[in-house]
Amino acid sequence: MTRFQTLVARDLRLALRQGADSILVVGFFVITVALFPFGIGPEAGTLTRVAPGILWVTALLASMLSLDRLFQADWEDGSLELLLLTPTPLEVVVAAKVTAHWLTTGLPLLVATPVLALLLGLEPEGYMTLLTGMALGTPALSLLGAIGAALVLGARRGGVLVALLVLPLAVPVLIFGAGAVDAAVQGLDATASLEILGAILLATLLLGPVAAAAALRQALE
Amino acid sequence: MFAGLDFKLTGGGALLLLGPNGSGKSSLLRLMAGLLPAYAGHLTWNGQPVADDPQAHAERVHYVGHHDAVKGVLTAQENLGVWARLHDPATAAVQARAALVRFGLGRLADVPGRMLSAGQKRRLNLARLLAAPAPVWLLDEPTTALDQRSIANLQTVLADHRADGGLVVLSTHAEIALPGATVLHMDQVGAGS
Repeated sequence: MTRFQTLVARDLRLALRQGADSILVVGFFVITVALFPFGIGPEAGTLTRVAPGILWVTALLASMLSLDRLFQADWEDGSLELLLLTPTPLEVVVAAKVTAHWLTTGLPLLVATPVLALLLGLEPEGYMTLLTGMALGTPALSLLGAIGAALVLGARRGGVLVALLVLPLAVPVLIFGAGAVDAAVQGLDATASLEILGAILLATLLLGPVAAAAALRQALE
Repeated sequence: MFAGLDFKLTGGGALLLLGPNGSGKSSLLRLMAGLLPAYAGHLTWNGQPVADDPQAHAERVHYVGHHDAVKGVLTAQENLGVWARLHDPATAAVQARAALVRFGLGRLADVPGRMLSAGQKRRLNLARLLAAPAPVWLLDEPTTALDQRSIANLQTVLADHRADGGLVVLSTHAEIALPGATVLHMDQVGAGS
Protein backbone atom coordinates (compact mmCIF):
# COMPACT_ATOMS: atom_id res chain seq x y z
CA MET A 1 0.00 0.00 0.00
CA THR A 2 1.28 3.47 -0.82
CA ARG A 3 1.24 6.18 1.82
CA PHE A 4 -1.70 7.82 0.05
CA GLN A 5 -3.71 4.61 0.29
CA THR A 6 -2.70 4.06 3.91
CA LEU A 7 -3.98 7.50 4.79
CA VAL A 8 -7.27 7.14 2.87
CA ALA A 9 -7.84 3.75 4.52
CA ARG A 10 -7.14 5.25 7.94
CA ASP A 11 -9.56 8.14 7.47
CA LEU A 12 -12.25 5.87 6.04
CA ARG A 13 -11.87 3.54 9.00
CA LEU A 14 -12.08 6.46 11.43
CA ALA A 15 -15.17 7.81 9.68
CA LEU A 16 -16.88 4.42 9.57
CA ARG A 17 -16.22 3.66 13.24
CA GLN A 18 -17.33 7.10 14.39
CA GLY A 19 -20.10 7.08 11.80
CA ALA A 20 -21.61 10.39 12.82
CA ASP A 21 -20.40 12.60 9.96
CA SER A 22 -21.89 10.71 7.01
CA ILE A 23 -25.23 10.25 8.73
CA LEU A 24 -25.31 13.90 9.78
CA VAL A 25 -24.59 15.16 6.27
CA VAL A 26 -27.06 12.87 4.48
CA GLY A 27 -29.64 13.37 7.23
CA PHE A 28 -29.43 17.15 6.86
CA PHE A 29 -29.67 16.87 3.07
CA VAL A 30 -32.73 14.60 3.13
CA ILE A 31 -34.62 16.47 5.86
CA THR A 32 -33.96 19.95 4.46
CA VAL A 33 -35.04 18.96 0.94
CA ALA A 34 -38.11 17.26 2.39
CA LEU A 35 -39.07 20.54 4.10
CA PHE A 36 -39.46 22.43 0.82
CA PRO A 37 -42.74 20.81 -0.29
CA PHE A 38 -44.19 21.88 3.07
CA GLY A 39 -42.92 25.44 2.74
CA ILE A 40 -43.59 26.05 -0.94
CA GLY A 41 -46.75 24.00 -1.25
CA PRO A 42 -47.28 20.77 -3.08
CA GLU A 43 -48.16 22.20 -6.53
CA ALA A 44 -46.18 19.97 -8.81
CA GLY A 45 -45.37 22.72 -11.29
CA THR A 46 -43.68 25.00 -8.76
CA LEU A 47 -41.62 22.27 -7.12
CA THR A 48 -40.55 20.84 -10.45
CA ARG A 49 -39.40 24.28 -11.54
CA VAL A 50 -37.26 24.95 -8.43
CA ALA A 51 -36.06 21.35 -7.85
CA PRO A 52 -32.56 21.76 -9.39
CA GLY A 53 -31.88 24.87 -7.33
CA ILE A 54 -33.13 23.32 -4.09
CA LEU A 55 -31.08 20.17 -4.57
CA TRP A 56 -27.89 22.06 -5.36
CA VAL A 57 -28.19 24.66 -2.60
CA THR A 58 -29.00 22.01 0.00
CA ALA A 59 -26.17 19.74 -1.14
CA LEU A 60 -23.83 22.72 -0.88
CA LEU A 61 -24.94 23.50 2.68
CA ALA A 62 -24.80 19.83 3.68
CA SER A 63 -21.25 19.48 2.44
CA MET A 64 -20.24 22.42 4.68
CA LEU A 65 -21.40 20.59 7.79
CA SER A 66 -18.51 18.24 8.42
CA LEU A 67 -15.77 20.42 6.94
CA ASP A 68 -14.49 21.95 10.17
CA ARG A 69 -13.62 18.46 11.45
CA LEU A 70 -11.48 17.69 8.40
CA PHE A 71 -8.22 18.71 10.09
CA GLN A 72 -9.43 19.72 13.55
CA ALA A 73 -9.45 16.26 15.14
CA ASP A 74 -5.95 15.46 13.86
CA TRP A 75 -4.74 18.86 14.96
CA GLU A 76 -6.05 18.45 18.50
CA ASP A 77 -4.46 15.06 19.19
CA GLY A 78 -1.10 15.83 17.59
CA SER A 79 -1.62 13.59 14.55
CA LEU A 80 -1.36 16.52 12.15
CA GLU A 81 2.12 17.32 13.43
CA LEU A 82 3.20 13.75 12.82
CA LEU A 83 1.56 13.76 9.39
CA LEU A 84 3.63 16.81 8.52
CA LEU A 85 6.73 14.92 9.65
CA THR A 86 6.06 11.75 7.62
CA PRO A 87 8.10 11.52 4.42
CA THR A 88 4.91 12.26 2.48
CA PRO A 89 4.47 15.73 0.97
CA LEU A 90 1.77 17.56 2.92
CA GLU A 91 -0.07 18.13 -0.38
CA VAL A 92 -0.49 14.36 -0.72
CA VAL A 93 -1.68 14.14 2.88
CA VAL A 94 -4.32 16.79 2.14
CA ALA A 95 -5.36 15.04 -1.08
CA ALA A 96 -5.78 11.76 0.81
CA LYS A 97 -7.83 13.37 3.54
CA VAL A 98 -10.06 15.13 0.99
CA THR A 99 -10.54 11.86 -0.90
CA ALA A 100 -11.67 10.13 2.28
CA HIS A 101 -13.88 13.12 3.14
CA TRP A 102 -15.56 13.00 -0.26
CA LEU A 103 -16.06 9.23 -0.07
CA THR A 104 -17.78 9.55 3.31
CA THR A 105 -19.85 12.69 2.67
CA GLY A 106 -19.96 13.61 -1.05
CA LEU A 107 -20.66 10.10 -2.30
CA PRO A 108 -23.60 9.51 0.11
CA LEU A 109 -25.05 12.86 -1.05
CA LEU A 110 -24.76 11.66 -4.63
CA VAL A 111 -26.57 8.43 -3.76
CA ALA A 112 -29.38 10.27 -1.97
CA THR A 113 -29.89 12.78 -4.79
CA PRO A 114 -32.06 10.71 -7.21
CA VAL A 115 -34.50 9.80 -4.43
CA LEU A 116 -34.88 13.44 -3.43
CA ALA A 117 -35.19 14.50 -7.06
CA LEU A 118 -38.10 12.08 -7.33
CA LEU A 119 -39.65 13.63 -4.22
CA LEU A 120 -39.51 17.09 -5.79
CA GLY A 121 -40.82 15.79 -9.09
CA LEU A 122 -37.81 16.66 -11.21
CA GLU A 123 -38.40 16.09 -14.92
CA PRO A 124 -36.89 12.75 -16.02
CA GLU A 125 -34.67 14.51 -18.58
CA GLY A 126 -32.79 16.21 -15.76
CA TYR A 127 -31.62 13.16 -13.80
CA MET A 128 -28.49 12.23 -15.71
CA THR A 129 -27.33 15.84 -15.87
CA LEU A 130 -28.05 16.38 -12.18
CA LEU A 131 -26.02 13.32 -11.19
CA THR A 132 -23.14 14.09 -13.55
CA GLY A 133 -23.07 17.65 -12.27
CA MET A 134 -23.07 16.47 -8.64
CA ALA A 135 -20.34 13.94 -9.36
CA LEU A 136 -18.18 16.78 -10.72
CA GLY A 137 -19.30 19.42 -8.24
CA THR A 138 -19.12 17.68 -4.86
CA PRO A 139 -15.39 16.80 -5.08
CA ALA A 140 -14.73 20.43 -6.03
CA LEU A 141 -16.69 21.49 -2.94
CA SER A 142 -14.64 19.14 -0.74
CA LEU A 143 -11.41 20.57 -2.17
CA LEU A 144 -12.54 24.19 -1.72
CA GLY A 145 -13.68 23.25 1.76
CA ALA A 146 -10.27 21.82 2.60
CA ILE A 147 -8.71 25.23 1.96
CA GLY A 148 -11.25 26.85 4.27
CA ALA A 149 -10.84 24.17 6.93
CA ALA A 150 -7.06 24.56 6.88
CA LEU A 151 -7.32 28.35 7.14
CA VAL A 152 -9.59 28.36 10.19
CA LEU A 153 -7.70 25.60 12.00
CA GLY A 154 -7.60 26.42 15.68
CA ALA A 155 -10.16 29.21 15.46
CA ARG A 156 -13.16 29.18 17.76
CA ARG A 157 -16.48 28.59 15.95
CA GLY A 158 -14.44 27.20 13.06
CA GLY A 159 -17.49 25.59 11.47
CA VAL A 160 -19.29 28.87 10.90
CA LEU A 161 -16.12 30.53 9.66
CA VAL A 162 -15.50 27.77 7.12
CA ALA A 163 -18.98 28.23 5.71
CA LEU A 164 -18.48 32.01 5.46
CA LEU A 165 -15.17 31.51 3.68
CA VAL A 166 -16.14 28.70 1.35
CA LEU A 167 -19.74 29.45 0.36
CA PRO A 168 -18.85 32.52 -1.75
CA LEU A 169 -16.19 30.47 -3.53
CA ALA A 170 -18.75 27.76 -4.22
CA VAL A 171 -21.12 30.08 -6.12
CA PRO A 172 -19.76 29.12 -9.58
CA VAL A 173 -20.33 25.43 -8.80
CA LEU A 174 -23.91 26.27 -7.86
CA ILE A 175 -24.57 28.40 -10.95
CA PHE A 176 -23.30 25.87 -13.45
CA GLY A 177 -24.60 22.85 -11.54
CA ALA A 178 -28.16 24.12 -11.34
CA GLY A 179 -27.90 25.75 -14.76
CA ALA A 180 -26.98 22.46 -16.39
CA VAL A 181 -30.07 20.73 -14.98
CA ASP A 182 -32.33 23.63 -16.03
CA ALA A 183 -30.96 23.43 -19.54
CA ALA A 184 -31.41 19.65 -19.71
CA VAL A 185 -34.99 19.90 -18.46
CA GLN A 186 -35.82 22.51 -21.13
CA GLY A 187 -34.38 20.22 -23.76
CA LEU A 188 -31.27 22.35 -24.32
CA ASP A 189 -27.68 21.17 -24.45
CA ALA A 190 -26.15 21.02 -20.96
CA THR A 191 -22.68 19.98 -22.08
CA ALA A 192 -21.18 23.45 -21.81
CA SER A 193 -22.19 23.87 -18.16
CA LEU A 194 -20.95 20.39 -17.29
CA GLU A 195 -17.65 21.10 -19.01
CA ILE A 196 -17.23 24.24 -16.92
CA LEU A 197 -17.97 22.19 -13.80
CA GLY A 198 -15.25 19.77 -14.94
CA ALA A 199 -12.87 22.67 -15.41
CA ILE A 200 -13.66 23.95 -11.90
CA LEU A 201 -12.95 20.48 -10.54
CA LEU A 202 -9.60 20.34 -12.35
CA ALA A 203 -8.63 23.78 -11.08
CA THR A 204 -9.52 22.90 -7.48
CA LEU A 205 -7.70 19.57 -7.83
CA LEU A 206 -4.54 21.47 -8.67
CA LEU A 207 -4.94 24.41 -6.30
CA GLY A 208 -6.82 22.90 -3.35
CA PRO A 209 -4.13 20.59 -1.91
CA VAL A 210 -1.37 23.16 -2.44
CA ALA A 211 -3.31 26.01 -0.82
CA ALA A 212 -4.56 23.86 2.06
CA ALA A 213 -1.07 22.47 2.72
CA ALA A 214 0.36 26.00 2.83
CA ALA A 215 -2.33 27.03 5.33
CA LEU A 216 -1.65 23.94 7.46
CA ARG A 217 2.08 24.70 7.59
CA GLN A 218 1.25 28.16 8.87
CA ALA A 219 -1.10 26.75 11.49
CA LEU A 220 1.49 24.28 12.77
CA GLU A 221 4.40 26.67 13.20
CA MET B 1 14.09 32.39 22.39
CA PHE B 2 17.69 31.20 22.28
CA ALA B 3 20.83 32.13 20.39
CA GLY B 4 24.44 31.11 20.24
CA LEU B 5 23.68 27.38 20.16
CA ASP B 6 26.25 25.18 18.50
CA PHE B 7 26.41 21.42 18.75
CA LYS B 8 27.22 18.42 16.64
CA LEU B 9 26.15 14.80 17.04
CA THR B 10 27.86 11.77 15.57
CA GLY B 11 26.64 8.17 15.23
CA GLY B 12 25.71 6.71 18.60
CA GLY B 13 25.71 10.15 20.19
CA ALA B 14 23.08 11.65 22.41
CA LEU B 15 22.14 15.15 23.46
CA LEU B 16 20.31 15.76 26.70
CA LEU B 17 18.37 19.02 26.93
CA LEU B 18 17.82 20.31 30.44
CA GLY B 19 16.35 23.53 31.72
CA PRO B 20 13.28 25.05 33.32
CA ASN B 21 9.89 25.37 31.60
CA GLY B 22 9.97 27.87 28.79
CA SER B 23 13.71 27.71 28.25
CA GLY B 24 13.26 26.51 24.68
CA LYS B 25 13.75 22.73 24.89
CA SER B 26 10.59 21.96 22.93
CA SER B 27 11.25 24.73 20.44
CA LEU B 28 14.72 23.39 19.75
CA LEU B 29 13.34 19.88 19.22
CA ARG B 30 10.57 21.17 16.94
CA LEU B 31 13.19 23.12 15.03
CA MET B 32 15.33 20.02 14.62
CA ALA B 33 12.29 18.03 13.49
CA GLY B 34 11.55 20.61 10.81
CA LEU B 35 8.29 21.84 12.34
CA LEU B 36 9.68 25.31 13.09
CA PRO B 37 11.86 27.47 10.85
CA ALA B 38 14.98 28.88 12.47
CA TYR B 39 15.06 32.67 12.79
CA ALA B 40 18.80 32.52 12.15
CA GLY B 41 21.37 29.76 11.86
CA HIS B 42 21.60 26.38 10.14
CA LEU B 43 20.73 22.80 10.81
CA THR B 44 22.85 20.47 8.74
CA TRP B 45 23.06 16.74 8.15
CA ASN B 46 26.43 15.48 6.88
CA GLY B 47 27.19 19.06 5.89
CA GLN B 48 24.00 19.46 3.83
CA PRO B 49 21.43 22.02 5.06
CA VAL B 50 18.37 20.08 6.19
CA ALA B 51 15.99 22.67 4.70
CA ASP B 52 17.20 21.73 1.18
CA ASP B 53 15.47 18.37 1.33
CA PRO B 54 12.72 18.22 4.00
CA GLN B 55 11.53 14.90 2.55
CA ALA B 56 14.83 13.14 3.24
CA HIS B 57 14.94 14.72 6.69
CA ALA B 58 11.47 13.40 7.49
CA GLU B 59 12.62 9.91 6.51
CA ARG B 60 15.48 9.85 9.00
CA VAL B 61 13.70 11.50 11.94
CA HIS B 62 11.24 10.25 14.54
CA TYR B 63 9.69 12.97 16.66
CA VAL B 64 7.81 12.30 19.89
CA GLY B 65 6.07 15.45 21.11
CA HIS B 66 3.64 16.30 23.89
CA HIS B 67 0.63 14.75 22.17
CA ASP B 68 0.39 11.02 21.73
CA ALA B 69 -1.67 11.11 18.52
CA VAL B 70 -3.59 7.98 19.51
CA LYS B 71 -7.00 7.60 17.84
CA GLY B 72 -9.65 6.37 20.27
CA VAL B 73 -11.56 4.27 17.75
CA LEU B 74 -8.52 2.47 16.32
CA THR B 75 -6.87 -0.42 18.15
CA ALA B 76 -3.30 -0.08 19.41
CA GLN B 77 -2.07 -2.25 16.53
CA GLU B 78 -3.98 -0.17 13.94
CA ASN B 79 -2.78 3.11 15.43
CA LEU B 80 0.82 2.01 15.28
CA GLY B 81 0.45 0.31 11.89
CA VAL B 82 -0.74 3.54 10.25
CA TRP B 83 2.23 5.56 11.52
CA ALA B 84 4.71 2.84 10.63
CA ARG B 85 3.38 2.47 7.07
CA LEU B 86 3.26 6.24 6.60
CA HIS B 87 6.90 6.40 7.61
CA ASP B 88 7.93 3.45 5.50
CA PRO B 89 5.25 1.84 3.29
CA ALA B 90 7.17 -1.45 3.33
CA THR B 91 6.70 -1.94 7.09
CA ALA B 92 5.16 -5.32 7.87
CA ALA B 93 2.54 -5.84 10.55
CA VAL B 94 5.03 -8.16 12.32
CA GLN B 95 7.37 -5.24 12.91
CA ALA B 96 4.63 -3.15 14.52
CA ARG B 97 3.65 -6.15 16.62
CA ALA B 98 7.24 -6.61 17.82
CA ALA B 99 7.45 -2.92 18.72
CA LEU B 100 4.27 -3.23 20.79
CA VAL B 101 5.70 -6.23 22.64
CA ARG B 102 8.96 -4.38 23.29
CA PHE B 103 7.01 -1.60 25.00
CA GLY B 104 4.90 -4.03 27.01
CA LEU B 105 1.72 -3.56 24.95
CA GLY B 106 1.64 -7.02 23.36
CA ARG B 107 -1.55 -8.05 25.16
CA LEU B 108 -3.23 -4.72 24.41
CA ALA B 109 -2.71 -4.87 20.63
CA ASP B 110 -6.43 -5.27 19.91
CA VAL B 111 -7.64 -2.81 22.53
CA PRO B 112 -9.11 0.46 21.18
CA GLY B 113 -7.04 3.57 21.88
CA ARG B 114 -9.71 5.17 24.05
CA MET B 115 -9.38 2.33 26.63
CA LEU B 116 -5.64 2.90 27.12
CA SER B 117 -4.28 4.79 30.11
CA ALA B 118 -2.08 7.88 29.70
CA GLY B 119 1.07 5.81 30.26
CA GLN B 120 -0.04 3.15 27.79
CA LYS B 121 -0.81 5.81 25.18
CA ARG B 122 2.65 7.25 25.71
CA ARG B 123 4.22 3.80 25.25
CA LEU B 124 2.16 3.30 22.09
CA ASN B 125 3.51 6.62 20.82
CA LEU B 126 7.07 5.54 21.67
CA ALA B 127 6.53 2.21 19.87
CA ARG B 128 6.62 4.19 16.60
CA LEU B 129 10.37 4.51 17.17
CA LEU B 130 10.83 0.78 16.66
CA ALA B 131 7.99 -0.02 14.24
CA ALA B 132 9.69 1.83 11.36
CA PRO B 133 13.41 2.45 11.85
CA ALA B 134 14.91 5.94 11.56
CA PRO B 135 18.38 7.03 12.70
CA VAL B 136 17.42 10.26 14.49
CA TRP B 137 15.11 10.24 17.51
CA LEU B 138 13.87 13.57 18.83
CA LEU B 139 12.09 12.99 22.12
CA ASP B 140 10.32 15.80 23.96
CA GLU B 141 9.89 14.70 27.59
CA PRO B 142 9.27 11.06 26.62
CA THR B 143 9.04 9.93 30.24
CA THR B 144 5.81 11.86 30.93
CA ALA B 145 3.20 9.50 32.44
CA LEU B 146 5.62 6.53 32.38
CA ASP B 147 6.19 4.35 35.45
CA GLN B 148 9.66 3.33 36.70
CA ARG B 149 9.65 0.04 34.80
CA SER B 150 8.69 1.69 31.52
CA ILE B 151 11.40 4.32 31.99
CA ALA B 152 13.97 1.57 32.56
CA ASN B 153 12.68 -0.16 29.42
CA LEU B 154 12.95 3.09 27.45
CA GLN B 155 16.55 3.48 28.63
CA THR B 156 17.39 0.03 27.22
CA VAL B 157 15.67 0.87 23.92
CA LEU B 158 17.63 4.14 23.72
CA ALA B 159 20.91 2.35 24.53
CA ASP B 160 20.24 -0.29 21.83
CA HIS B 161 19.44 2.42 19.31
CA ARG B 162 22.69 4.23 20.06
CA ALA B 163 24.64 0.97 19.94
CA ASP B 164 23.32 0.59 16.37
CA GLY B 165 24.70 4.02 15.52
CA GLY B 166 21.49 6.00 16.04
CA LEU B 167 21.21 9.53 17.41
CA VAL B 168 19.07 10.61 20.34
CA VAL B 169 18.09 14.11 21.36
CA LEU B 170 16.00 14.11 24.49
CA SER B 171 14.53 16.76 26.76
CA THR B 172 13.46 15.82 30.25
CA HIS B 173 12.71 16.90 33.80
CA ALA B 174 12.88 13.33 35.10
CA GLU B 175 15.84 11.12 35.85
CA ILE B 176 16.81 9.19 32.77
CA ALA B 177 20.17 7.56 32.13
CA LEU B 178 21.83 8.49 28.84
CA PRO B 179 25.44 7.39 29.37
CA GLY B 180 27.96 9.61 27.62
CA ALA B 181 25.38 12.14 26.45
CA THR B 182 26.29 15.75 25.81
CA VAL B 183 24.31 17.83 28.29
CA LEU B 184 22.90 21.16 27.17
CA HIS B 185 21.51 23.46 29.86
CA MET B 186 19.08 25.57 27.89
CA ASP B 187 18.86 28.25 30.59
CA GLN B 188 22.62 28.85 30.35
CA VAL B 189 22.62 29.31 26.57
CA GLY B 190 22.91 32.94 25.46
CA ALA B 191 19.33 34.15 25.29
CA GLY B 192 18.00 35.71 22.12
CA SER B 193 16.10 38.95 22.04
